[in-house]
Amino acid sequence: MEKSRKKLNVIITAAFLIALYALTILLDAVIAPTSRMYMLITVIQKSAVYALVAVSMNLLNGFTGLFSLGQAGFMLIGAYTYAIFSIPSENTASVYQYYDAVVTFSFQEAINGLFGLEATAAPGLILGALLAMLLAGAVAALFAWLIGLPVLRLKSDYLAIATLGFAEIIKAIFQWAKLGPLTNGSNVLRGYTRLSDFTFEIGGTSVSFATFVPVFVASMCILLIVLLINSSYGRAFKAIREDEVAAEAMGIKLFKHKQMAFCISCFFAGVGGALLAMFMNTIQAAQFKSSMTYEILLIVVLGGLGSVTGSCIASFLFIACSEWWLRGLDSGSFLGIESTIFRSGFRLVVFSVIIMLVVLFFRKGLMGQKELPDLFRRRRKPAAAPASAEGGASK
Amino acid sequence: MSGVILSIKDLQVSYGGIEAVKGVSFDVHEGEIVTLIGANGAGKSSTLRSIVGLVRPRAGQIVFDGEDITGQDTTNIVKKGITLVPEGRRIFPDLTVLENLKVGAYMRRDRLDEDIEWVYSLFPRLRERSWQAGGTLSGGEQQMLAVGRALMSRPKLLMMDEPSLGLAPIIVRDIFSIINEIRKRGVTILLIEQNANMALQTADTGYVLETGRITISGTGAELLSNEAVQAAYLGT
Repeated sequence: MEKSRKKLNVIITAAFLIALYALTILLDAVIAPTSRMYMLITVIQKSAVYALVAVSMNLLNGFTGLFSLGQAGFMLIGAYTYAIFSIPSENTASVYQYYDAVVTFSFQEAINGLFGLEATAAPGLILGALLAMLLAGAVAALFAWLIGLPVLRLKSDYLAIATLGFAEIIKAIFQWAKLGPLTNGSNVLRGYTRLSDFTFEIGGTSVSFATFVPVFVASMCILLIVLLINSSYGRAFKAIREDEVAAEAMGIKLFKHKQMAFCISCFFAGVGGALLAMFMNTIQAAQFKSSMTYEILLIVVLGGLGSVTGSCIASFLFIACSEWWLRGLDSGSFLGIESTIFRSGFRLVVFSVIIMLVVLFFRKGLMGQKELPDLFRRRRKPAAAPASAEGGASK
Repeated sequence: MSGVILSIKDLQVSYGGIEAVKGVSFDVHEGEIVTLIGANGAGKSSTLRSIVGLVRPRAGQIVFDGEDITGQDTTNIVKKGITLVPEGRRIFPDLTVLENLKVGAYMRRDRLDEDIEWVYSLFPRLRERSWQAGGTLSGGEQQMLAVGRALMSRPKLLMMDEPSLGLAPIIVRDIFSIINEIRKRGVTILLIEQNANMALQTADTGYVLETGRITISGTGAELLSNEAVQAAYLGT
């Protein structure tokens, strides 16, 4: 029974993902950039990126109980790594105006060159972008490992402050003029492979994968994180969150597991940063402010600390509200109502009220520690419970 | 009684400048229930914590199964077959009962079904509560879960830190009958208790610890009838 249930889960997940991917390609084809609904595409793209980063933060804050606020810093590392290795040689000179660029090739063109294809051909573009994303994650994880050595010996608030500090330091270092040949100093990086570049000729018509790419990468990464959480390592992380002393007495090496959770979380934050770079078309270290970490923390808390699906849902709602649904509050007309109080900044007031209401009525976030499938399963349970409830007061 | 499974020689533990254990030596024989009794601050918990590697002893030697394990880390010691049921139960409140048990077997990489079944047969109550969060169990059930979780690592030596703490007398009796049951399955037990009466009735061997030193030792029955023990710990 356990096995057939697992099989069912796999089938449901696969079906859901395939439907999701089909939907993204369909939306891309149907909604024209001039349409008012085009905002939906932007929201889906950005919320996919934020969902990935939120889930990676949840792995750390919600599942391992390590309160880290360094996410923006690791996204920055990922975004820069991706951008640096994705700027094709023909763009290098115009991007690095003031410096002699160190990395003068892109993975994309290198891979195409390897197969004797032209520089912008599809296979190299896809593989190169994937490789650059993997490297983005790996570099972020490497930094996380180094930073983790001293920082993970701290607990709760101290850890939060230390990681926040490191994120700021990373931001400053990446803007340092001496590193200009690599990072272009405080100038923007651009000209790398963006989401809109994922438009391919298939059978004579051009199909856009601009929404599919972030949704696909984010969902695959989230799937990996879910598998990790459900493995024995995931249980060890949760045990550390619940009670460090007991976890240690069970033979779980605290530091090793914390370091592991930290590196894995930052790996995916790095991949998320790479996706964000693809989404934003240009990046600059100054964009990765600590307020970005707070946005992600907000998503994690609203969705529920310790709930993956909660983070995904909250990420979509948060991005949709801040980028789309509440826009009218800033520009004079909202839901057809025209008023002079709807002016710049009012959106944030309403937004804050909504967040306060959510936090008041959903103390543990929208999902608590539950996942989406749990909500459907719960209805069936009471029927089976009475048989085994004679042992005492069942909850 | 067969051979010595655990041998402690002149164990000293100190926290900063404060000596908690000042040279304790005792042996635990295979298949026995051994108890250390003593007042608060006598050094009982420190002794157990240093055996399982949570605290590094300042001096002395701990030999388990013929091997010196002094100062090794907890992971290794759990692998070798010593598990501690920590004081105050310390189950994982937001994990389900089943997950709690699985964490207990973290050091093992083989199949767990048999062991889970064994723990459920020892504690049928846990089977009923299998999908419930650990924190929603009653105190007695939590203690059962803590013991069950420790058994999941298949210990040769199970150490318990005050298993009766904060439990109703009738549940304490249950816990001790389960301790006997576990011993019958070949697990050696070292337990420390303030509830000296119950502990000494169950134990084969007892040691009395006072301010970091062992002052009296003997079989459980001997200690129960010892006048000094009676006056100090049994309240008669």
